Amino acid sequence: MAEVGTEFRDIAPAEVEDVELYHAKSWITKYVFSQDAKVIAIQYSLTAIGIGLVALVLSWIMRLQLGFPDSFSFIDPEDYYQFITMHGMIMVIYLLTALFLGGFGNYLIPLMVGARDMVFPFVNMVSYWVYLTAVLVLLASFFVPGGPTGAGWTLYPPQAILSGTPGSGAGIVLMLVSLALFIVGFTMGGLNYVTTVLQARTRGMTLMRMPLTVWGIFVATILALLAFPALLVGAVMMTLDSVLGTSFFMPSIVEQGELLNYGGGSPILFQHLFWFFGHPEVYIVALPAFGIVSDLLSVHARRHIFGYRMMVWAIVIIGALSFVVWAHHMYVSGMNPYFGFFFATTTLIIAVPTALKVYNWTLTLWRANIQFTLPMLFALAFLVTFVNGGITGLFLGNVVVDVPLSDTMFVVAHFHMVMGVAPLLVIFGAIYHWYPLMTGRMLNQTMGHIHFWVTFVGAYAIFLPIHYLGFLGVPRRYFEMGETTFIPDSAQSLNAFVTVMALIVVFAQIIFLYNMVWTLFKGKMAGRNPWKATTLEWQTADVPPGHGNFGQDLPVVYRWAYDYGVPGAAEDFVPQNQPPEQVTAAAAE
Amino acid sequence: MNILEQLRQKPWAADQIPLDNAHQGSAYAVPTAQLGLRIFLGAITVLLLLFIVAYNERMAVVDWRPLPEPWLLWLNTGVLILSSIIMHKGLIAARRGRAESAKSSFLVAGGCAVLFLIGQLAVWQQLIALGYFAAANPANAFFYLLTALHGIHLLGGLVAWGRIIAGTGRGTDAAELCARMELCTIYWHFLLVVWVVFFALLLST
Repeated sequence: MAEVGTEFRDIAPAEVEDVELYHAKSWITKYVFSQDAKVIAIQYSLTAIGIGLVALVLSWIMRLQLGFPDSFSFIDPEDYYQFITMHGMIMVIYLLTALFLGGFGNYLIPLMVGARDMVFPFVNMVSYWVYLTAVLVLLASFFVPGGPTGAGWTLYPPQAILSGTPGSGAGIVLMLVSLALFIVGFTMGGLNYVTTVLQARTRGMTLMRMPLTVWGIFVATILALLAFPALLVGAVMMTLDSVLGTSFFMPSIVEQGELLNYGGGSPILFQHLFWFFGHPEVYIVALPAFGIVSDLLSVHARRHIFGYRMMVWAIVIIGALSFVVWAHHMYVSGMNPYFGFFFATTTLIIAVPTALKVYNWTLTLWRANIQFTLPMLFALAFLVTFVNGGITGLFLGNVVVDVPLSDTMFVVAHFHMVMGVAPLLVIFGAIYHWYPLMTGRMLNQTMGHIHFWVTFVGAYAIFLPIHYLGFLGVPRRYFEMGETTFIPDSAQSLNAFVTVMALIVVFAQIIFLYNMVWTLFKGKMAGRNPWKATTLEWQTADVPPGHGNFGQDLPVVYRWAYDYGVPGAAEDFVPQNQPPEQVTAAAAE
Repeated sequence: MNILEQLRQKPWAADQIPLDNAHQGSAYAVPTAQLGLRIFLGAITVLLLLFIVAYNERMAVVDWRPLPEPWLLWLNTGVLILSSIIMHKGLIAARRGRAESAKSSFLVAGGCAVLFLIGQLAVWQQLIALGYFAAANPANAFFYLLTALHGIHLLGGLVAWGRIIAGTGRGTDAAELCARMELCTIYWHFLLVVWVVFFALLLST
């Protein structure tokens, strides 16, 4: 780490080329059809959280059925499959992807790289409205004859469009159209995120001076731009199979004694396309979480991130490797064993840069001045949860272990830990961290602690038993077990316990939502830079940042994002835009 | 920008700090809009490649029966090539400040593109009249799918083209207009390459 007073060049702010901003002329263009990335970020976030709550309610209903079968007359098997499908798809695509990239990406990229806005604000605005349309189309499928699709979130053909599957008519078509719209909307946003990072950084902000949050979102966006086309190809071709009767994916098949007009199509081709998107999707969610948690740990441990360069490399390498592991989701599809061996090997290799990140997070905390703030608590909870979920991933990455565990509750527990609970903990931590910037007010600490502890302990009370249920052989996707001799009665008691815990955890989220609303009106004022962070988003002229982000002049960057505890500095942090002579002057006083 | 060189930098090191302080912020010397377009074309290329992969995978099954290639497809291809050449000529005129020549070239180039789309619809009509329905065979389905995909992208290009033509009428700044024409021409050439690849694929199978 550089000490204060090392060689530097004076950079005049006037040398920084400014950009022409779009200025809203009415309330509608300022808050509804807004081209300001911060407003678009909030629109994305509120929509994603809104649709996420729908998915949460669906999970309640599923858990009620699993915990107390035959007790609720309003849940029938068709509903159950529909709810399971919609829950999965909404959580992965419409909540997590949209919130990390559309929400945090829009809010943080321009502010953290020192830009006034995204480079294509109009396209950015359209991106949100296309996303909203995708969400509405998805919701519309609840109200069409036959209801939403119940094909499972993977939408595998041929069953997804056969009449025995719930929602095989309009439901599946609306799902596919909604996904296509989502991808179109995302592409518009993604172009903005990548181009803004590449071209609109302020003076002095090299790529290697960017905070890891931006690196995570940047690489995740590149992954998404390359991976979502595979889902689009699958969605378009399956829509044609469903609507026009083509046979891209549909083999010759007999349905209810009748030979259908399909023939020759390859369901396995769909699986390859789906997982060529689906596995990078895991990292589309995970990489922004990795980036954000790195910054949360650094700020709240008052210490520079350990191994910054390695952390960047790990993000890039994980991103690249994520494209060569997809078939580990298909070990039971009848693939050639050598094919499985190859994908098991690449899957285990990806654990190396991932483990490196975990070590670096841990070493960042080593002998650090850890502040047990809410963002730090959530970051620590992420660290533990990600390790738990990652280790079970190593189990499932091996073909011989995966085959017996495939389609059991163990898989459900694994991906909920690694891709559900872990990223959500980061999202919560990030909201507690950046809410003061977005609103100017600190979220209530008491409500925050209740929210944290119930969520953290509750998540383990839910998902650890589900691992065990998987080991017992309890299959996933089943509406009810019936008389299954190899599953003991105690498994049902455990299922009931899990359901009760799930309901408790959900109520903790209501406290969180109440806290957000309450704070907006009555929360303690945050002031400028309440966490004493170094990054540019906290150095704006106004809190919350105004239109154009940085007042008259764009900031000029003089250092990386992790100057905490710099010897000779007056405070334990040095903002990225603080000129070296000011640091030394402050220290002299 | 050499990404590997950038990734080796140590931003905390004393000798790196003055170099980083002088950095202008942007990674590439190309205009931002052009970089955005190139990234977009990259994503579209992945999409089209995956369709080609699916095509190759599906055609290996025994039920694949190639459909005839109407002579009109050759004519359409010629019209699209002409459209691209004329648009490029218009761009050169715009760069040299010959606004009227640029405008007329762009009008003709766009007209050719519209003609191409009409020609493609005529091919569809011919094939349907001959009984080559999408559901009848995967080869038919892929033909309609790929031509539709290309056509939709060309329609999107025509929207941008329409805005440029409208801009010439409104007296938009010459440099701004030239930049937009450059973007439109890149996209046009890209779509020509895509069509040539698709056409070659259809002919070869």
